[in-house]
Amino acid sequence: MHNNKYLRDEIIRISGADVSKCMRCGKCSATCPAYDEMEYHPHQFVNMVECGDIEPLLNSESLYKCLSCFACIDRCPRGVQPAKVVEAVRLTAIRKQGANHITADDIPAVVDADTPQQLLVSAFRKYTK
Amino acid sequence: MKVSYFPGCTLKNKAKDLDMYAYKSAEVLGVTLEEIENWQCCGGVFTTANDEVATKLSSIRALKYAGDKEQPLVTVCSACHNVIKQTNHAMQTNSAFADKVNRYMAADGSYKGETEVYHYLEMLRDLVGFDVIKEKVVNTLKGKKIAAYYGCLLLRPNKVMRMDDPENPTIMEDLIKSLGADAVVYAKRNECCGGYISLESPDAAKKNSIAIIENAKVNGAQMIITACPLCKYNLEKCGADIPVVYFTELLAEALGVKEDTNA
Repeated sequence: MHNNKYLRDEIIRISGADVSKCMRCGKCSATCPAYDEMEYHPHQFVNMVECGDIEPLLNSESLYKCLSCFACIDRCPRGVQPAKVVEAVRLTAIRKQGANHITADDIPAVVDADTPQQLLVSAFRKYTK
Repeated sequence: MKVSYFPGCTLKNKAKDLDMYAYKSAEVLGVTLEEIENWQCCGGVFTTANDEVATKLSSIRALKYAGDKEQPLVTVCSACHNVIKQTNHAMQTNSAFADKVNRYMAADGSYKGETEVYHYLEMLRDLVGFDVIKEKVVNTLKGKKIAAYYGCLLLRPNKVMRMDDPENPTIMEDLIKSLGADAVVYAKRNECCGGYISLESPDAAKKNSIAIIENAKVNGAQMIITACPLCKYNLEKCGADIPVVYFTELLAEALGVKEDTNA
C-alpha cells in the first residue's frame, strides 16, 4: 500500500488535478469521444487514483485512447480535470526506461500518402518519452 | 499591421493550402504575417503535467520572439494555437513552472507570458473585423451552405483559450456569413474527430468522423470548413462525400486571391 500511496501522491502532484472533488456523476465518461475504446473510463481513472488503485491503470491500453480533446475538462461540473489525471498516469507509465508505447519503426506500416505531420508528432508527444 | 506568425510543421508540408491562403488573404486585409525565424515544432498536443518543461520550450521561444518584436503572435493551425496558448497561460499563472522555464532560457532573457496570442480567426474578428472582410469580398459565396467544424482544439479548455462560447461558438459562422454564404449549425461541430487515435485505431477515428459528417449533411451542409490539418485528414479518410476545406481557402476564394497552385 506504501507504493500505491507514493504513486497516488505523485500522480496528483504532477497532474495538478484535485480528484477528491469528484462527485461521481459520470459526465466526463459520458462526453468522452474515446469511451468505447476504453477499458477504464475517465471517471474510473479519477476514482481509482483517489483510492490508490493505480497498477491496473498503468497496465491498461486505456492510457493510449485518450484524445486530449479536453471535453471532460470543460464539461466536469466540479472542475476535476479528468484528462490531466489520465495524462499523469500515462506519463508515469512511459517515463520508465524502455516503456515507450510506439517507436519510429512502427510508423511506415501505418502512414499513407496523406498522413499529416501533425498526426505523427502528436502521437509521439503522447506515446513516448 | 504586422504580426508574428507561427506556421507549424504540417503547414509547410501536407497543409500548404492552409498556410498559403492565410498569407494571401491577410495581405488583402492589410495584415502582414511575419514568419518567426527558426521556429520549432510545437509538438502537436499540449502536455498538461506540471512537471513537463522541455516539451514546452519551443512554444516559449516563439512567444518570446514575438514579444521582443512587440507583436502579437498569430497561428492558424488549431493544434499549434492550442499548444502555444496553453503554454503561455501556464507561464502567466504557474510561477514554479515559469521559474524552471526561465532557467532553461537564461541565455535568452526571461519571459513571463506577456505576448498576446491570436488564432487567425481571432485576428479576423478582433484585429480586422468581420464587417471589414464583408466589404472586401469580391466573389460572394451566396447560396452556399457551409458547416464550420471546430473540433476540440480551437475551443477547449475554454478557461485558457477564451476564444468563444465552447458549447455554442459563433466565430466561424460569423466568418461564413461575412463571406455571403449560409452557415449551417449542427450539434457535432465541437466534438472530436478522433485526433491522433487514427494512427493506432483508424476505425475509432472513422466512427467519430462519420458521425460529424452525417450530422452536418442532415442539417443541409454542402461543404465543411476546418482550421486543423488532422481534422481534415480524419474527416476525409472516413469517406466524406462533401468537400472538407481549410477556412483560409474559402476566405481566399471570397477575397479573389485563390489560385490553383498545387493540383
